[in-house]
Amino acid sequence: MTAITYREACRQGLREALIRDPRVFLMGEDIGRYGGCYAVTKGLLDEFGEERIRDTPLSESAYVGAGIGAALAGMRPIVEIMTVNFSLLALDQIVNNAATIPHMSGGQFAIPLVLRIATGGGRRVAAQHSHSLEGWYAHIPGLKVLAPAVVEDARFMLAAALADPNPVLIFEHVMLYNIEAELDPAVSEVDIERAKVRREGDDVSLFGYGNGLVKALAAAEILAAEGIAAEVVDLRVLRPLDTATILKSVAKTRRVVIVDEGWKSGSLSAEIGMRIAEEGFFDLDAPLRRVCGAEVPMPYAPHLEDAALPQPQKIAAAARDLARPPKGSQ
Amino acid sequence: MSDFLMPALGADMEAGTVVEWRVEPGDRVRKGDIVAVVETQKGAIEVEIFDEGVVSEIVVPVGTKVPVGTLLARIGERVAPQPAAAPAAPPPPAPVVTTPRPVAAPAAPPPSVTVPAHAKVSPAARRRAAELGIDLAAIAGSGVDGAVTLADVEAMMARVAAVPAAAPTPARRTGFDPALMRRAIAAAMARSKREIPHYYLSHTIDLARARAWLEARNAQQTVTGRLLPAVLLLKASALALREVPQLNGTYVDEAFRPGEGIHVGWAISLRGGGLLAPAIRDTDKRPLPDLMAAMRDLVARTRSGGLRSSELTSPTITVTSLGDRGADSVVGIITPPQVALIGFGTIAVRPWIADGQVAPRPLVTASLAADHRASDGHLGALLLNAIARLLQEPETL
Amino acid sequence: MNKVRLDHAHLHHLLRQMIRIRQFEAKCVELYQAQKILGFLHLYDGEEAVSVGVMEALRPEDAIVATYREHGQAIARGIGMDRLMAEMLGKLEGTCRGRGGSMHIFDRATRFYGGNAIVGGGLPLAVGIALGDKMQGRAAITASFFGDGAVEEGEFHESMNLASLWHLPLLFVCENNLYAMGMALERAEAETELVRKAAGYRMAGAAVDGMDVVAVEVAARAAADRIRGGEGPQFLECRTYRLRAHSMYDAQLYRTKEEVEAWRKKGPIVRFYGWLLDNGLIHDEEMRAIEAEADAEIEAAVAFAEAGSLEPVAELERFVTMDRVPA
Repeated sequence: MTAITYREACRQGLREALIRDPRVFLMGEDIGRYGGCYAVTKGLLDEFGEERIRDTPLSESAYVGAGIGAALAGMRPIVEIMTVNFSLLALDQIVNNAATIPHMSGGQFAIPLVLRIATGGGRRVAAQHSHSLEGWYAHIPGLKVLAPAVVEDARFMLAAALADPNPVLIFEHVMLYNIEAELDPAVSEVDIERAKVRREGDDVSLFGYGNGLVKALAAAEILAAEGIAAEVVDLRVLRPLDTATILKSVAKTRRVVIVDEGWKSGSLSAEIGMRIAEEGFFDLDAPLRRVCGAEVPMPYAPHLEDAALPQPQKIAAAARDLARPPKGSQ
Repeated sequence: MSDFLMPALGADMEAGTVVEWRVEPGDRVRKGDIVAVVETQKGAIEVEIFDEGVVSEIVVPVGTKVPVGTLLARIGERVAPQPAAAPAAPPPPAPVVTTPRPVAAPAAPPPSVTVPAHAKVSPAARRRAAELGIDLAAIAGSGVDGAVTLADVEAMMARVAAVPAAAPTPARRTGFDPALMRRAIAAAMARSKREIPHYYLSHTIDLARARAWLEARNAQQTVTGRLLPAVLLLKASALALREVPQLNGTYVDEAFRPGEGIHVGWAISLRGGGLLAPAIRDTDKRPLPDLMAAMRDLVARTRSGGLRSSELTSPTITVTSLGDRGADSVVGIITPPQVALIGFGTIAVRPWIADGQVAPRPLVTASLAADHRASDGHLGALLLNAIARLLQEPETL
Repeated sequence: MNKVRLDHAHLHHLLRQMIRIRQFEAKCVELYQAQKILGFLHLYDGEEAVSVGVMEALRPEDAIVATYREHGQAIARGIGMDRLMAEMLGKLEGTCRGRGGSMHIFDRATRFYGGNAIVGGGLPLAVGIALGDKMQGRAAITASFFGDGAVEEGEFHESMNLASLWHLPLLFVCENNLYAMGMALERAEAETELVRKAAGYRMAGAAVDGMDVVAVEVAARAAADRIRGGEGPQFLECRTYRLRAHSMYDAQLYRTKEEVEAWRKKGPIVRFYGWLLDNGLIHDEEMRAIEAEADAEIEAAVAFAEAGSLEPVAELERFVTMDRVPA
């Protein structure tokens, strides 16, 4: 058994989907001849041809809308958007059409569409390619929003998303494409309903997703060396949120740090915190804490970008503050 | 910066000798760490620290005898910043009081460990305290911004679960403050006396048969296999409670709730003064050797601070034996929300009339303090009688 | 192969369709004033010839993406007035269980994909439906209706380009009624000859008098034939006019009464009826009969809608996400 990258896992998932179901096809900018902006779709054009691996013009609204229409007409499109910032050009289609038509039509139509969207910061590409806007999409009823943070999810979430009759947005964090892991041969599918505890602990819960999960796990290592056992929960599914798993961890550790690359104001982290406040209030033994992206357009300079993103040390510091507070004034 | 002082390790202790330092300047210490060994009249006692930081100076060298309260060592730098490759955010600055004090006020007191009445309390701690009927004002917070946490409440419950006159032992994670502890006990006992209409009964029991049986049995055992008389008293009490279950349980919300099982809280004195009464689960179901082992284990763990909070919060009744301290009998105060406390005095050879003859016999006075809301004297008397009867048949215990 | 039959029955059918739409909307106005229909109500008065003419060129397997001014498109497509009226009244028996209302008519049976109320937003959908049909080897074409306002949107241009680039079976039907709400075409577009937009995408385009139902049908059939013949997407500009306000009532500060009156004289029904009369193709009594027939159909639809039920509030969140793709 050998390790594969997150990128390769994504590609294997796409390849499997294309082989399994003739209704599946790919659309997006530079996914064909170029091989994909992040090389995820490299080689697929040669194998599956131009009919099913469709390079599109830079018309996000048209090709995302076309994905919705094709889904309405019985296809199973997988549409790639190069970065979440570009997805804003298709926001009308995603929010006004994909998210509304099933309900607005009284259940006459479903939109079995998958959108793959690269997201997140860390690549030194500044303020128009680095943001984490998945929290916006998680705001929208009618959408399902996934954030694979581990290679296994990168490999298998796609199949689950295609099997879902709803528009599913898969946010792939750009810093994860090169991570490697061995796949468990016993695992051939994953659910897209539940959050997952990636590391058990009793002292404090760290909630994260995407690259935030990786950083939360790194923070847990730091804390472990100090005798603080952090539980790390991979949210995985940003909509609908798996509140039950979140609350279960809160009931266990009673201390919460939420990690979110998105901006704090009006964010997914705010939503999670509020759900805990609503449903898990009496389990809390300390104030809720968040480690979020700084409220700035992402800067280019590495030291500034690093400072703008959640980092393991920041997460550990927040957790330490809760789990081992400084003693009054003895 | 804080000071580590010669602790009072018993009410009668006036001074102690540092016989060993377990730390050196530069060492990081955490709450609960053993930092020194101090010789007292009762022997060498390991001394814990209840602060965090780095030892900056050892003031009293080994071999020096100093009065209680003397500065032994200085602790600095409460929380060191984590070494970080990336620039880490500085720790939040300590709150600085900038409000000018009224001119007429006396000099500002040094920062106090006491917590103001409106101190912050975590939601979990508030809920637990309400369940347990604990006065939050008596608890020092160890949480963020000095908030009272769940662990603080449970530690306090452990303390108040001890029999009257108990002094605290620190729970892990939580600071130890004798004055605060005393206040907590005061609150719990005052509540007991205020709310619980106690009635008291006592009964003198002939232990001749029990002692003879015990001696015969112990003669065949190795030292570690021997039983102490206390274990017979404990087991007899537990079995008697099977017959009078109305005294085993709690009184909550104006109703008696029978205990789910008989879990006797066994009062154990602490070397540093005070005592705790952790539960021995299913006391009535355990064979004597098992019970003896459980008692030894509890004593050891109580004195080393290794108790589980469940052991401190689950007793359904308390049994205390003050016999080895020379008390003839006990008139106890019930630990709320329990409804009874059984006490045993000294086992002493005294004149006893049996079969019309005055004879020297080992006697013990068993006493009961019980909650009149939950039971009447009739039941209390039945319980004491059952204990007396069971002790006449030691082989059945 | 697809010539317009100018026989008596067909001509009467065209007239009947336009009258059905006109009468249906007249009833809607009445119900709006009675506050039985709420919200926006965009009337099609003056534009009936466009839907009626274009729909004649479509087959049952074809798909329609409509606008928010889509009562005419829905009726001409053959969606029953009873379910339409129930939708207007917000009833469970409506096309969309009362979730969509006037602006969002969807009907699976007739492949009617809304009722889209984001100007231009339906065009990318139509591209995708045409793509999906094509990829699955269906012979269907998709007709996408939109107004002159949509031409101002980027989505129009992206969709025109993609449809042409991918040679999709898509009929772009531009209902040019000269105003995007209150914005006159000449104030919004540098090129007001909208048919010329098609050339920029190497797409065949035609402009037709949208007040002439027969002309529209002829043009639509020609365009549909070309699409079915494999010539790729077609652009059809139907020049028409909205005789009423944008939505029920407005002060019409953006145009003159004289202009509206001039167009009213050219209205598609009055004009077609006059032409039929002049050519002896209809009698007055026949016209009265058609109107009476439409009125009866509408009265039955209103009765059906009034008798309809309200969707239980417990169902509010149903279909936000779907359990399955409807077969």
